[in-house]
Amino acid sequence: MSVASDVSGRPADAAALLAGRRVPPSAAKRRRRLIAVGNHALAITFAVMFVAPFVFVVLTSLMTQHQALSRDLWPHPFQWSNYRTIFNDAPIVRYAWNTVVYAGLGSLGVVLSSVPVAYALSRIRWRGRQAVFLIVIATMMLPAQVTIVPLYIIFARLGWLGSLKPLIVPAFFGDAFSIFLLRQFFMTIPEELIDAARVDGANEFQIMWNVVVKLAKPAIAAIALFEFLYAWNDFFGPLLYANNNQNIFTLSVGLQNFTTAHRAVLFNLQMAASIVFMLPVIILFLFAQKAFIQGITLTGVKG
Amino acid sequence: MAVAVTVQATTAERQQLRRRRGRRRALVILAFMSPWVIGFLWFYVYPMFATLYFSFTKYDGIRLSPRWVGLFNYQHLFTQDPLFWKSLANTVWIVAIGTPLQIVFALSVAWALTRPKRGQGIYRTLYFLPTMVPAVAAALSFIYLLSSNGPVNSILRLLHLPTPLWFLDPAWSKPGLVLLGMWGVGEAIVIFLAALLDVPTHLYEAADIEGASAWQKFRNITIPMISPVIFFSTVIGVIYGFQYFTEAYVVGLGTGGAGANAGGLGSPNQSTLFYTIQLYHQGFEEFHLGYASAMAWVLFVIVMVCTLALIRSSNRWVYYQGGFR
Repeated sequence: MSVASDVSGRPADAAALLAGRRVPPSAAKRRRRLIAVGNHALAITFAVMFVAPFVFVVLTSLMTQHQALSRDLWPHPFQWSNYRTIFNDAPIVRYAWNTVVYAGLGSLGVVLSSVPVAYALSRIRWRGRQAVFLIVIATMMLPAQVTIVPLYIIFARLGWLGSLKPLIVPAFFGDAFSIFLLRQFFMTIPEELIDAARVDGANEFQIMWNVVVKLAKPAIAAIALFEFLYAWNDFFGPLLYANNNQNIFTLSVGLQNFTTAHRAVLFNLQMAASIVFMLPVIILFLFAQKAFIQGITLTGVKG
Repeated sequence: MAVAVTVQATTAERQQLRRRRGRRRALVILAFMSPWVIGFLWFYVYPMFATLYFSFTKYDGIRLSPRWVGLFNYQHLFTQDPLFWKSLANTVWIVAIGTPLQIVFALSVAWALTRPKRGQGIYRTLYFLPTMVPAVAAALSFIYLLSSNGPVNSILRLLHLPTPLWFLDPAWSKPGLVLLGMWGVGEAIVIFLAALLDVPTHLYEAADIEGASAWQKFRNITIPMISPVIFFSTVIGVIYGFQYFTEAYVVGLGTGGAGANAGGLGSPNQSTLFYTIQLYHQGFEEFHLGYASAMAWVLFVIVMVCTLALIRSSNRWVYYQGGFR
């Protein structure tokens, strides 16, 4: 579109300049407006591609079972009772509670354990610090499959299979990604603030708690948020360690199980269940968008 | 003389004091590091070597203790397990085709996002929303969206385009999974967007003066300037691509009709049998823990080799400003 306006617009402008007249402002303005329209058209096309699946899923979640299997795209009639049905047919409240426990305690554990480690890796000087930091990074690259067999056996021996413990307890022993993100943030805290606290006689723990943690609240919020999301979405962990104990299924395993039991026949209920599952994190995102985007940019660009 | 003695005494004392303070400092550092140190030993070091040991044994986990079988698992894996090769081929497909497609798509979207002067925030929010959808919910949604009577095929029918059976057709199941992946590339978009906005505008202005075309500017300025971010996304994409699990597991079990047509792991026709799914099946459905351990180490070596090859290749195409690295 902009190419076409180039071809038709330029010679006229040049002719106008040669003739010593002012370039008619409307031509330039129109060209700029055309480009803006083109830019927005492209951006809107992508927006439609990303949002359309949500629209179809929501619409289908309100259809009757028969209609959901047809080619119809608009519910007729709107069957709002689907949402009641899924709460009756599957113990969704139970699943949601398990998910909240996993995600909540997981976030707490990651924050409590990762902050001191990141502090020691950024604000205390010691020999080997850089090497240890590289090892922390390297653990992020390790495929989870390399460790799951022995971990499964350990958790089985501890009698933890069929409980949420194998999911929650490891969170209290530091998370490499969170340590990395916090360290990057702690490094940006001015040395003078920490020196001032040292001169005042504060010990390392006091400095961490009173100076660093206070200044790093956004980063701590970001890692808590990321861990919450990770746990909320996690499928492999609960699948592996639930050991078919329905009482500790999280939403991810519970809904997958529900779907497999009714595969490809209850699209309306499956879509309703998917909506119930995704809605909390989407709302969370809309409220905490800034922390998310900052966290991602921090890891992606400076990493 | 008396003075000299006291001086000597104080240096000794001072040394002792310094040593004691050094030891205390080491203890403080260890205390701060302890959560990670314990976690590292418990969740990484011991399991890694235990997996290596198990990979040379026959082991069902609970009843039997591991029985040493030497290289048998590896030998069987490479020479007598067609599903190992099938799952490896599927995984290489998703890494070699899915990952680059996602990166190119994310980069295109990010570029489109830099163009409008207003409304960037809203667009970015909308593009990022699908990334928030839990993998299981996204996979369930796509089972419906790509079903034979689903909305995607309705649109294709409207445009008089062929309507594949997607997750019911072995030839289309992996492309269906790639589409599902593309829906959730928000993180890459955000990272690419930040990188694109970081490219100094004076470079583009200089190119304009030289009369460079839009493509020349993109090829010779944008791509080199954001190459570190492309590199980072590629490495992460490859590492995660080899561990691709959840979506394929949910789709495999969640599609197909009742009875003989019922879906299963890898369905249809093992076209979505990825490496980690086969590993999960061997390890935690069949309880061939030794065999699964061998598979895990093979995966580890493959991922390491690919990552190192990428890093090795990076100094040919990744441009670090100011000669960083």
